[in-house]
Amino acid sequence: MKFVFIIAGVLISVLTIAAGLIYVERRLLALFQDRLGPNRVGPFGLLQVIADMIKIFFKEDWIPPFADKAVFVMAPGILIATILLTFAVIPFADNFIVLDSNIGLLFFLGNSSLGVYSIVLGGWASNNKYSLLGSIRASAQMLTYEVFMGLSLVGVIMMADSFSLRDIVEAQRGGWFVIPQFVGFVIFFIAGIAETHRTPFDIPEADGELVAGYHSEYSGMKFGMFFVGEYMGVTLISALIATLFFGGWLGPSFLPPAFWFFLKTAFFICMFILIRASLPRPRYDQLMELGWKVLLPLVLLNILITGGVLIYTHSL
Amino acid sequence: MLSILRSIWYTFLHAFHKRETQGYPEKLPYLPPRYRGRIILSRDSDGNERCVACNLCAAVCPVDCIALQAANDENGRRYPEFFRINFSRCIYCGFCEEACPTYAIQLIPDFEMGEYDRQNMVYEKEHLLISGEGKYHGYNFYNVAGVDMGVKGTGKGENEEAPVDLKNLIH
Ligand code: SF4
Ligand code: SF4
Repeated sequence: MKFVFIIAGVLISVLTIAAGLIYVERRLLALFQDRLGPNRVGPFGLLQVIADMIKIFFKEDWIPPFADKAVFVMAPGILIATILLTFAVIPFADNFIVLDSNIGLLFFLGNSSLGVYSIVLGGWASNNKYSLLGSIRASAQMLTYEVFMGLSLVGVIMMADSFSLRDIVEAQRGGWFVIPQFVGFVIFFIAGIAETHRTPFDIPEADGELVAGYHSEYSGMKFGMFFVGEYMGVTLISALIATLFFGGWLGPSFLPPAFWFFLKTAFFICMFILIRASLPRPRYDQLMELGWKVLLPLVLLNILITGGVLIYTHSL
Repeated sequence: MLSILRSIWYTFLHAFHKRETQGYPEKLPYLPPRYRGRIILSRDSDGNERCVACNLCAAVCPVDCIALQAANDENGRRYPEFFRINFSRCIYCGFCEEACPTYAIQLIPDFEMGEYDRQNMVYEKEHLLISGEGKYHGYNFYNVAGVDMGVKGTGKGENEEAPVDLKNLIH
């Protein structure tokens, strides 16, 4: 019974947060751009989310006749499914976790690789050159950044001596991993932005060049799923950053552990939005260059040094 | 790298800046007196219509949205029989106001002209004509014009001398 409650709790909170982020992002972007943002529907515009949902549910859900129907319909679902599955291994609090797996981190990496399929297939099935270009870019970008994403976590794994996210949080009782693993944190954050293809790494969408990239042909709730999937991805990466580098649910005991976790996650979600508000999109080749020529050597160096320090301290 | 962090920081600082949004329907914006909005037809200081139906405004209007018909009253003074502005075409350029020799046609600071029916955007003379002088006070075209149209006698206007009697040698 408890298990069902946990699953329901995680599902509901993730979906509400992702939907609420539509409003939060618009308000925060407005804040950073000296505007007010949506403030008309309900108190402080809070009902904007509901209005948007009603709107998107009643929009015409059009499948282009030239599209590959089955794949076209499936693609947004893959995105949502892979992200939701990953939330299963994230510890919201000490015992508030759907699946305390001993390969939690690998599960996350595997799922995020699968998430690429959604975008590649979505663009491919649209049978439209802009969508396809978006997909090609997405696959190159996400495969590249997947590499650093995995490698940037190796330091954390070595220090915690476990793949389980719960053990990783427990290992941070003595101090957050962000201090010894600062390079890892920065690279994971960059890779995370690329992974969720948010601005400035929204090259697969690049509305200035590719209409809307891989989801140009999507409309109605299928587009909505890509849209919400993006916000769920942001939530996921923020939750992971909080878990892996900032001690997850750990915090002074005057607040419940889950609250600390949400607080840290919310902070990184706001960082995502702040970065979106401030940085322009790099060129495609610049992105690749940054990835392979700067981040890869850095992350390898980070692993080398972490390993060296660990061996040194163990041998003492 | 540093410049990226700096631009993120500066963007963050914008959170504490003054909002640019005006909150329009609740908070009305300040419109300067010379704002070019809805067009009116004004009257002179004696309360007569200023417009002399010279058609200059209609001629200068780049989108041809002014239509009027000239007529003469019992003194021979010209006035527009009808005067129609189609505001759904007007681009509020203000050329008509500049062209008008009598200050009759004027643009005023009011832009709230939304209508559900396009036909309601067509204003007739009774909608355009106001009872005051608008932006330019104390000007009466026939006081400075040479002709007598029942406003003043010949030679009685401003900056005008009485006509010379050419047959009088003593003068
Ligand atoms: S403001 Fe310009 S467009 Fe409008 S009536 Fe006058 S001349 Fe025509
Ligand atoms: S409004 Fe002015 S320009 Fe237009 S017809 Fe009348 S007097 Fe002439």
